[in-house]
Amino acid sequence: MNSALLVNIFRFILLLAIQIIIFNNMNFLGYISPFPYILFIILYPVNGNKSALVVSSFLLGIIMDLFSNSGGTHATACLVLAYFRPSIFKFAFGLSYEYQTIKINDVLTPQRFSFILLSVVIHHFTLFLLEAFQLSFILDTLITTVLSTIFTIIICIIIIYLIKPNKR
Amino acid sequence: MQQIFNFIFKNSNRILFLLLLGISLTLTIQSHSFHRSKIISSANFLSGGVYEKVNNLNEYLNLKTQNDALALENAKLKSLLFNRKDTTAVKKLDSLKGVKPEDLLVSKVIHNSYNVHENYLTLNSGEIDGVKADMGVINSLGIVGVIENTSKNYSTVVSILNKRSQINAKIKKSNHFGSLNWNGKSTGFVQLTDLPRLALIKIGDTIVTGGQSVIFPENINIGTIAKIYRDKITNYYTLDVKLFNDMTNLGHVYIIKSKDREEIINLEKREKDE
Repeated sequence: MNSALLVNIFRFILLLAIQIIIFNNMNFLGYISPFPYILFIILYPVNGNKSALVVSSFLLGIIMDLFSNSGGTHATACLVLAYFRPSIFKFAFGLSYEYQTIKINDVLTPQRFSFILLSVVIHHFTLFLLEAFQLSFILDTLITTVLSTIFTIIICIIIIYLIKPNKR
Repeated sequence: MQQIFNFIFKNSNRILFLLLLGISLTLTIQSHSFHRSKIISSANFLSGGVYEKVNNLNEYLNLKTQNDALALENAKLKSLLFNRKDTTAVKKLDSLKGVKPEDLLVSKVIHNSYNVHENYLTLNSGEIDGVKADMGVINSLGIVGVIENTSKNYSTVVSILNKRSQINAKIKKSNHFGSLNWNGKSTGFVQLTDLPRLALIKIGDTIVTGGQSVIFPENINIGTIAKIYRDKITNYYTLDVKLFNDMTNLGHVYIIKSKDREEIINLEKREKDE
């Protein structure tokens, strides 16, 4: 068995479990909750199989939906993020960057931060748009997106630093 | 033929994405329509089981508040027992009036959401206990929601904090009817719409369930009027109703298994057939 594959499967299950047991119960100010489970999509290897990422993101989302009674909103948001991930890479790291050497779970640089920020914003906006499903709620959607994004990013960065301490 | 295969191989990722996107969007749209059989719901073996385990842990943290609630209920029952013949005593609000005790089923909330526009609860009783769709769920303070999906051991409830929820309600003292909705803003307040302007209301009046619905019996507490809006165009009031229940903190609930309900539905069906 490939060790990268094992790490990914382990990450998939662990992030889902943490999300469902802990973070789904965190309601800051009543309605802001973080979704750090998308770290699975963010941390997926850059040169990994794209189709596998799309399928596993769909599974990740649908399991979240199963637990939060939300139809297919998480699944759609995860799919959109997984599909546009290469484009976000190009935007954040520049065209000429050596893609094979990028590691997201490392010290925070402006490029890495902009990549995480963009990913989280895209996921959250899709999620909350589909969850409200009414254009009259657009202002609410935007406010929740911004607040939840801040919350999610803080927790994502904490998790990245916890899992991968700097090797010196 | 060769070209078709080439095209598929070249765009396999995009085709896969579009296919899965189609599936998930279908599920999303389906979950927003009113009459549906929901495929992705938390009333299943996997999520129900996990929520039950998590809830067992959480219960320890809530022991104090649950104890307080039980002690309060005990005191109320004791006062009923000791003051039976006393007619001068102030009549307590009896939220379970109109419900026969044999129709009530005690159940436990194992998962509760209140931070999105469409909120659901998961209960730990299901078809085995005789729970069916469209049964009402209440607790000692007031209404909680309506059963939507059931599995063998679990069921999901459309909370009153759900945009799709619509419950018939009335002003307790004047019998004017309206329908109870939620605008998705605050977990402490729901809205009573379509209440005729003829109704004499003031802030603080009690809102109870109306007799027109077959889901809830009449006169189950909902809340008190907190704000009154007058619609300038139509002749209706819209009210903000402060709930008696704290929807963010629910423990044990009662499911109403009314036998009258089937009788009424059958009767109305016969009427339609003729």
